[in-house]
Amino acid sequence: MERFKIFYNGIVKENPTFVLLLGMCPTLGTTSSALNGMGMGLATAFVLMASNMAISSIKDFVPDKVRIPVFVVVIATFVTVVQFLMQAYMPALYASLGLFIPLIVVNCIVLGRAESYAAKNGVINSGLDGLGSGMGFTLALTILGALREFLGTGKFFGLTAFPEKYGSLIFVLAPGAFIVLGYLIALVNRLKSRD
Amino acid sequence: MSYILIFITAVFVNNIVLAQFLGICPFLGVSNKTETAIGMGAAVAFVMTLATIFTYLIQSLLTYFGLDFMQTITFILVIAALVQMVEIILKKVSPPLYQALGVFLPLITTNCAILGVAILVIQKELTLFESVIFAFSTAIGFGVALVLFSGLREQMALTKIPKAMRGTPIALIVAGMLAMAFMGFSGVDKTLAILWGIAK
Repeated sequence: MERFKIFYNGIVKENPTFVLLLGMCPTLGTTSSALNGMGMGLATAFVLMASNMAISSIKDFVPDKVRIPVFVVVIATFVTVVQFLMQAYMPALYASLGLFIPLIVVNCIVLGRAESYAAKNGVINSGLDGLGSGMGFTLALTILGALREFLGTGKFFGLTAFPEKYGSLIFVLAPGAFIVLGYLIALVNRLKSRD
Repeated sequence: MSYILIFITAVFVNNIVLAQFLGICPFLGVSNKTETAIGMGAAVAFVMTLATIFTYLIQSLLTYFGLDFMQTITFILVIAALVQMVEIILKKVSPPLYQALGVFLPLITTNCAILGVAILVIQKELTLFESVIFAFSTAIGFGVALVLFSGLREQMALTKIPKAMRGTPIALIVAGMLAMAFMGFSGVDKTLAILWGIAK
């Protein structure tokens, strides 16, 4: 039960995108369709979980002063792993996410969880925490991507819901990303202030 | 002429914040006042140009030894070290400049625009000089977007906004409208390239 709470916390109460407002660049940049958003979310979730577990297991040997550089190297290692795996097995997704895969290194969520959770807690809990935050991030990106895809092209996960000519392309382009995310966060704020 | 084209493309057509979504954190974080926006813009311009020169040279070293897969790890460490070094040198050499840019420097390491541009110039296979121009123009584009946006936010502080929309949501929506305005520049680069006879 205790463990489930750690996992659940990252998805709802401390959702990285809608509540903590971290990692805005990939959130806006990769959500032109639901599948792209989900792919980016899952790649980040893998890095989050793996780096959280690795950092939590080496935390006792790392001197406090060089903590941050060591964390960054660990994270960058896992990002490189993801980068090569995607390049080999999912070349189409890798091409459409492009620059944002190596940029997971500078995603504040990853370093933030490492510093605030993994550096103080056990391996399994840290892994769950990373997985929870990662799933929260994936969920947010998938919702945003699905909404933009639906409004912009009339498709839902690639399936046509209404003819493309009735969609407004602006939602797939850059301005749509800002506007849809703005309204989604406003909606979350409204729901939070109710209870 | 092609250098001027790189500049125009990076500042207006492919603006780093409004079209490529890099550097959103500082864009939302330090855009409350025009004054701080200018400071941040200057600090980014300085570090981005310097970092791109360093990472470009290091990339040729990595390629020479066949270590291309180390790109991400090397670049992020080089940028972090460089920012730290710039901070120390500025503190010693030019205290007034340090006063102006100092507070922004630690924030810059986690600015994804710096690492983004360092990787972009390698992907685009630019020459060293083109890379420098590209990095500097991109930083100017970042500064332009930041200063324009801070002006809008200063105005927004005076208006009455529904409670749920206050803060980030309204800022994002206004940024979306700014991005829409910048979409008006799309295609300008291609027209100019044809006009100046340098179309690829």
